[in-house]
Amino acid sequence: MSENVYIAGIGVISAIGNSTADTLRALENHQAGIGPITSLDSIHRGRLPVAEVKYSNEDLGKLTGLPSSISRTALLSMMAAKEAFEDAGENAFEGLRTGFVSANTVGGMDKTEDFFSEFVGNPQNGGKLRNVVNHECGSVTELVADKLGIKNIITTISTACSSSANSIFFGARLIKHNKIDVVIAGGTDALTKFTINGFNTLQILDEKPCTPFDENRRGLNLGEGAGYVVLVSEKVAARLPKNCYCRLSGYSNANDAYHQTASSPEGTGSFLAMKNALEQAGLQPSDIDYINLHGTGTTNNDNSEGTAIQRLFDPNYPKMSSTKSFTGHTLGASGGIEAVFAALSISNSIIYPNLRLTTRMEAFPFTPEKNFLKNQRIRHVLSNSFGFGGNCSSLIFSTI
Amino acid sequence: MADLKKQIIEQLNLQHITPDQIGNDQPLFVEGLGLDSIDALELIVLLQQQYNIKINNAEDGPKVFSSVRSMAEYITANQQA
Amino acid sequence: MRMYIGATGNISPQHTLGQSSLPAELAEYNTSRLKCIEPDYSKLIDVKYIRRMSRIIKMGVAAALRCLKDAGIDNPDAIITGTAYGCLEDTGIFLQKMVQNKEEMLTPTAFIQSTHNTIGAQIALLLKCNGYNNTFVHRGFSFESALLDANMLLEEKAVNNVLIGGVDELTDFSFDVLSRFGLFKERVTSNLDLYKTPSRGSIAGEGASFFLLKNQPSSNDHAVVEAVSTIYKPFDSNEIKEGIQSFLKEQLISITDIDIVITGRNGDEEGDKIYDNLKATTFGQASIINYKFLCGEYPTSSAFALWLAAGIVRNGSMPHVFINPEKKQVKHILIYNHYQMIHHSLMLVSAC
Repeated sequence: MSENVYIAGIGVISAIGNSTADTLRALENHQAGIGPITSLDSIHRGRLPVAEVKYSNEDLGKLTGLPSSISRTALLSMMAAKEAFEDAGENAFEGLRTGFVSANTVGGMDKTEDFFSEFVGNPQNGGKLRNVVNHECGSVTELVADKLGIKNIITTISTACSSSANSIFFGARLIKHNKIDVVIAGGTDALTKFTINGFNTLQILDEKPCTPFDENRRGLNLGEGAGYVVLVSEKVAARLPKNCYCRLSGYSNANDAYHQTASSPEGTGSFLAMKNALEQAGLQPSDIDYINLHGTGTTNNDNSEGTAIQRLFDPNYPKMSSTKSFTGHTLGASGGIEAVFAALSISNSIIYPNLRLTTRMEAFPFTPEKNFLKNQRIRHVLSNSFGFGGNCSSLIFSTI
Repeated sequence: MADLKKQIIEQLNLQHITPDQIGNDQPLFVEGLGLDSIDALELIVLLQQQYNIKINNAEDGPKVFSSVRSMAEYITANQQA
Repeated sequence: MRMYIGATGNISPQHTLGQSSLPAELAEYNTSRLKCIEPDYSKLIDVKYIRRMSRIIKMGVAAALRCLKDAGIDNPDAIITGTAYGCLEDTGIFLQKMVQNKEEMLTPTAFIQSTHNTIGAQIALLLKCNGYNNTFVHRGFSFESALLDANMLLEEKAVNNVLIGGVDELTDFSFDVLSRFGLFKERVTSNLDLYKTPSRGSIAGEGASFFLLKNQPSSNDHAVVEAVSTIYKPFDSNEIKEGIQSFLKEQLISITDIDIVITGRNGDEEGDKIYDNLKATTFGQASIINYKFLCGEYPTSSAFALWLAAGIVRNGSMPHVFINPEKKQVKHILIYNHYQMIHHSLMLVSAC
């Protein structure tokens, strides 16, 4: 098995930017993308803030070349996957085995919701079938894979909020096992009434812009977007026209096995994911220069993640922040979006702020960064993604 | 309270329990019936649907739902006419 | 690398739970909708946990527990599930309430049970398994992707065993919607006669098939999974033929070594043409049997096919329902299936 896996390209779209360049500018200028619901016709409009991508489906259709009538999840996915592929220099991959490993939690639910209201009263005829033809998570992936012309290995992972972290390290393992030469890996999710209402029933949504890792945090804001990285082997990296961003040096997946939605107070799953990722990378906690926290802003998550961090890093804590304070919680896309942020952190020597933090959590002796920091010595970044069902994944990105 | 017990069993899908197996003062959460945070949210909706009572603050939950009797008393105190 | 099937657990439209091979008595259906024959779950799963489990989760958990019991282990090192549709019933319940109640008075249980990873997560929760846990949701490749992941894990020696399953359910909603897409026959006299009069459409099915895969052999193993391969949207039948030939070549095996080919023939006259073609050109003298008349058509049905194959090689001969006049010893089985002509998969299964 080959040793190293490199990140040759990145692509991202979220509430704070429609491209990597836009995104970087917003991060540097502390510009969050959280605001009122504008695109969905929901009773929660005016009450719950969300982080919407600032393009309509029509805009996305024009930019991607996909029909604007398809699921927004697929449109967002195409934007970021295409950017990543082009960034890596897709022409350099001619003749190479290329894969697409994507992730999402909602699939084509944005369209299914529309279908359902007509279907439910009239199952034989109600609702337009074209609205459900791409309901499945895997169908959304195929719309993008087909447009990109990829067919060697295509698959979709769905493990709640850790989905795209899992897809990234699955992609890396495909390369290490020599099953593929290049893989675009990451994830996507669009805002839907289904998820807004679902999370609302759990009463973990903040009615104001979220404050992750703040003592007085009130919950999370839902967001949407997509983030992908292009992973290549050492051999392929050597023949690319430009330098790679970083390496994916460590990864791990563990299950909290505590409760369907709540995380264990000891942070078992989070602790195991981080610890095993470090071991896998051959690193000590003290080697980590920045943690991109899962940091949703819920009482439970931040407490559990904080406990796990304390167990692993005490007394020497690296700098850390939750970029969900910018992008909201993009569910299946979060691991992918934050992987892009990790790659940029290493290649640009930057650390992102944890916005709107006023009072650090009393339980812990550390405080996330409040300011955007430049000229940082970043050798290794730890990125956490912890989800419902106890699915916890951590990725480690390192300098080349 | 007998009706309330039936409603609780139905809302929480407690298939293995009959109403007479739930004591009026038996703790509902953690010990006793061993309900959890998801059940608390379900009970909040039950109060709204069956009794038109809204609990706006989820943190009031543990007090209101500590036992069937405390739930019944809360309902009586807050029920809209 | 080779993966050893240490144990299985299968809930299907046949009487398969607790069996390692197809029983003599087959369940017959006169509709285009095959339903799983389910156990009394309260006898298998603690009632305290059942209340949070919808039907598909119970199916998956029960099949998984049976598999682990068969394997004699309490806790696997990893849990990987493949499911194309995920938890449809709860998705439908939440959607219906959301639409009917106009987003008011919604409850969390249906929502949290609707996420695709709930099956794998509930198994982990029940067993308190902190190991690797993943869920693939890629249509007709969901189970094959799970196999690929398991294969890599076992080769990495990160784990010694993996509990893996292919699970999909049929609900009233999904059956209605899929029927409107023309996937199923309008009239079915019997699933046992599925292939007699080819026409448009197939029969709908569902199932939960679990396996304990290992990287080391032991004396009680059912079968060996030698290799798995997939072909996505093949350009034409030649690409499929070449795919099968290179698949066998990579395993250093020829078609003459294959005793049985299990195909995914599903009664749809259009989709079944490829099986006729391959029978004439590629499958040589191998006996050919089909499995979808037993379990129906669904995206993860190849998991049922794997269970069937494992049972055949374990016994060394085919179940009576399949005509096998030669009664030869069965050592190698090739499984070839396609789902809606888009997802083509190959598995090579051998006797231990």
